[in-house]
Amino acid sequence: MKMEIAESVFLMAAAVESPAKMIVRDLAVFYGKFRALNGVNLSIPTRMITAIIGPSGCGKSTLLRSFNRMNDLTSNCRVEGEITMEGENLYAPGVDVVDIRRRVGMVFQRPNPFPKSIYDNVAYGPRLYGIHRRSDLDGIVERSLKSAALWDEIKDKLHQSGLSISGGQQQRLCIARALAVEPEVILMDEPASALDPISTLKIEELMQELKKDYTIVIVTHNMQQAARVSDFTAMMMIDDARAGRLIEYDATNIIFTRPKDKRTEDYVTGRFG
Amino acid sequence: MQNRKVISPNSFRSQLLRLVHHGDRPWQGLIMLVSTLVIVLMAAIGWMLWTRSGDARTAFGWSFLLPTSHPNWDPVNSNFQAWPFIFGTLLTSLVAILFALPISLGIAIFLAELCPAWLRTPLTWLVELLAAIPSVVYGLWGIFVFLPLVVTPFGNFLANTLGQVPVIGTFFSGPIPASGSSRLAASLILTIMIIPTIAAVTRDVFLAIPNSQREASQALGATKWETIWQVLIPYGLSGILGAVILGLGRALGETMAVTMVIGNSIESTSSLLRPGYTMASVIANEFGEAVSKLHTEALVEIGLILFVTTLLLNILARFLVWRVARKTPQEARA
Amino acid sequence: MSTFTELIDRNRIGRARQRKSTNALMLSLTALLTALALVPLFWIIGYVVVRGGKSINLDFFIHLPRPMGMAGGGVLHAIEGTLVVTLLAAVFAIPPGVLAAFYAARFPNTPLGVALRFSTDVLSGVPSIVIGLFTYALMVKTMGHYSGLAGGVALAFLMLPTIIRTTEEMLKLVPSTLREASLGLGAPEWKTSLSVLFPAAANGIITGFLLALARAAGETAPLLLTTLGNERFDLAQIITGGVQAHQSVFQIIGRIINQPLDSLPLTLWKYAQQPYPERIDQSWAVALVLMLLVLTINITARAWIQVRTRRMKG
Repeated sequence: MKMEIAESVFLMAAAVESPAKMIVRDLAVFYGKFRALNGVNLSIPTRMITAIIGPSGCGKSTLLRSFNRMNDLTSNCRVEGEITMEGENLYAPGVDVVDIRRRVGMVFQRPNPFPKSIYDNVAYGPRLYGIHRRSDLDGIVERSLKSAALWDEIKDKLHQSGLSISGGQQQRLCIARALAVEPEVILMDEPASALDPISTLKIEELMQELKKDYTIVIVTHNMQQAARVSDFTAMMMIDDARAGRLIEYDATNIIFTRPKDKRTEDYVTGRFG
Repeated sequence: MQNRKVISPNSFRSQLLRLVHHGDRPWQGLIMLVSTLVIVLMAAIGWMLWTRSGDARTAFGWSFLLPTSHPNWDPVNSNFQAWPFIFGTLLTSLVAILFALPISLGIAIFLAELCPAWLRTPLTWLVELLAAIPSVVYGLWGIFVFLPLVVTPFGNFLANTLGQVPVIGTFFSGPIPASGSSRLAASLILTIMIIPTIAAVTRDVFLAIPNSQREASQALGATKWETIWQVLIPYGLSGILGAVILGLGRALGETMAVTMVIGNSIESTSSLLRPGYTMASVIANEFGEAVSKLHTEALVEIGLILFVTTLLLNILARFLVWRVARKTPQEARA
Repeated sequence: MSTFTELIDRNRIGRARQRKSTNALMLSLTALLTALALVPLFWIIGYVVVRGGKSINLDFFIHLPRPMGMAGGGVLHAIEGTLVVTLLAAVFAIPPGVLAAFYAARFPNTPLGVALRFSTDVLSGVPSIVIGLFTYALMVKTMGHYSGLAGGVALAFLMLPTIIRTTEEMLKLVPSTLREASLGLGAPEWKTSLSVLFPAAANGIITGFLLALARAAGETAPLLLTTLGNERFDLAQIITGGVQAHQSVFQIIGRIINQPLDSLPLTLWKYAQQPYPERIDQSWAVALVLMLLVLTINITARAWIQVRTRRMKG
């Protein structure tokens, strides 16, 4: 018990010291008339792993996709409130969405490499930004694949198709692809749910490495994973109006041992969801 | 406990039941027979074209098809050589593809990726309506409206500009006839006619590309156009190629509109601006009046060439469209 | 080695602006090209309506042609010819097409099914003039004369692949649970196909028929080689004359289909080439009639599927 308190105090202190990378204020997301997310207030600490958990349909992915404005791509989507990254409101009018998406990268639930070579997958982002010199690209590709813990496995196969490797490797390829444009934040939408346990473990280990340099936000329906991997956890649920709400947000170990809200406690102890 | 009625095997009812159930055999036999007839039909067409061109094939051999600078289509002396028609068909169809491809690609991209949902169905239908207009109506409009208003001025313009450039100038050496009847006219009308085909198939190709590809690209900070150009088009390339080949097949076989605007002349120039002749046109124009057997057989041989060409193209196109469907990534293997 | 951020810092704003403007440019271009493609559509329809409308009057629809120089005259023979030939085509193409489609939908992977699909693909690509050649050899040569019957057969060959393909696709869309339920109740295969599957897919199938019909009605090339043309064709006269002569229905039908026939597309083609301005005017009028016919069938087909789908969704 004493160890846990000490640990959580340490974490809270770390959070206070670690500035918030992103702050969400009164975020509401509408699809047409339907309100999918309501009144979310949250801060994402820098270079930590924040997990978003909750039963299915509670808006976890909608919240995640608000961070890199991927919700804009769904028709009829309207956003109220603001999300600031180091002071800048991502939803201010006139903001360069393309640049936001570079700075806030995303990895998806199912690996989705392009039907190009492994090299070209990773080089895709840098090429968009006008980097064409072979030596520059080689360096970026190698660095990104190393950061994604994939380099050793495929360094001889760089010109094979990105689809020719296993599922777990494809997912790490997608991570490398996202890393190649040097984002500040990495969003992960259930990144290991389509993978086998061994690949899942590799991804979780990778996340611990990555958080040294990147802020990570992960959505997961796997509570054990959230408990294992994250520093902070946000618990979400659907309210009576079928909108998603943030119920509780705290250090992970508090959420999982002494949650303040009964609904959180019910969820993490498996009583529902 | 229910009383089970025993049905006598010879009662009317059981005889009827047997008939109904045995109706399966005749039914299956019927649909198999009809299917076989369809296959027989295809084979019969090929066989008929082959056998009824026999004399012409033995008389002229392969030189019937080969390029020549001395066009020789002479019903009087029974000397036939098909190159002018082959050339005319190839030239008009390929130029039509050249114009139709970018336009169709643009339409497909607009309909699949950009169009607001409420506009999509009506626009798609309008584009398809282009294909519903009968070929003769295209021809009529071509002769009296499109040629004088668009083709002749355009042709004169080309003759004065590209026609002066060395090498490619031969394709634009004028003058274009005052009526506008030329290979250019045929190419342009063919362009309009094949756009619906290519656009529809290409649009389907785009719609079949999984959304995860678009998300992956845009999450990396690509603009919509960059996603289309660098991810979607390469992804669907073999399908797009299939669409083009289907369009080409249509262009090769198009008869009436082409006949009405191409001038139907066997000039030996290779210029777009001069009148020409296509395989389908010569059959349409001359078959009814062909007197000598060799003339008829030569025309049938041209029909054979058309048949074989469109057959091969069709196979190629289906193969390519199939390849795109196969490329959809499977579930991530563990 | 420079980092990514270092590399892109040179000219960052400029490049971002350029990517944006390229994006806007290319996307607008696609919209422009779509609009461009629709210009001929409206141009042709508009012109045909205006120019053809000028020459249309009641005479046009109810009279046979008169020699040049005489007023009046119409294209009744062509209208009747188109009706006869299209009806024949439908009668010859629809039953075999539907039956073959049943086989294709049910047994796609048997050797016969594969061969069937291949043949359908090939047939759909055969140029209409080649179909005309084939039908000429098959029927005109053997019968010794041109006829509406041969024309109907040629058009049927043209319609067949479309009917097979759309019927097959519609049948495949019927959920397999429906079929299994019927078989599970003890209904034999053929009854399942006819009483359950076909009605379920009927809307789409009928749309397919109508679209194939619209295409056939507008075809010229195959008719050129099979029906030749007949400016004296008068359906009313054949029927009334036959009735008066106590001919049987079969004899009357025989007379109708066994002679050369004109049709709207064929007439259009012939008139467009003649040097008389009146004939040119008439060809525009024929174009209008033909287009109205084809477009009406087309629109009916689309509307049919829209209305029925909406009704099914309740």
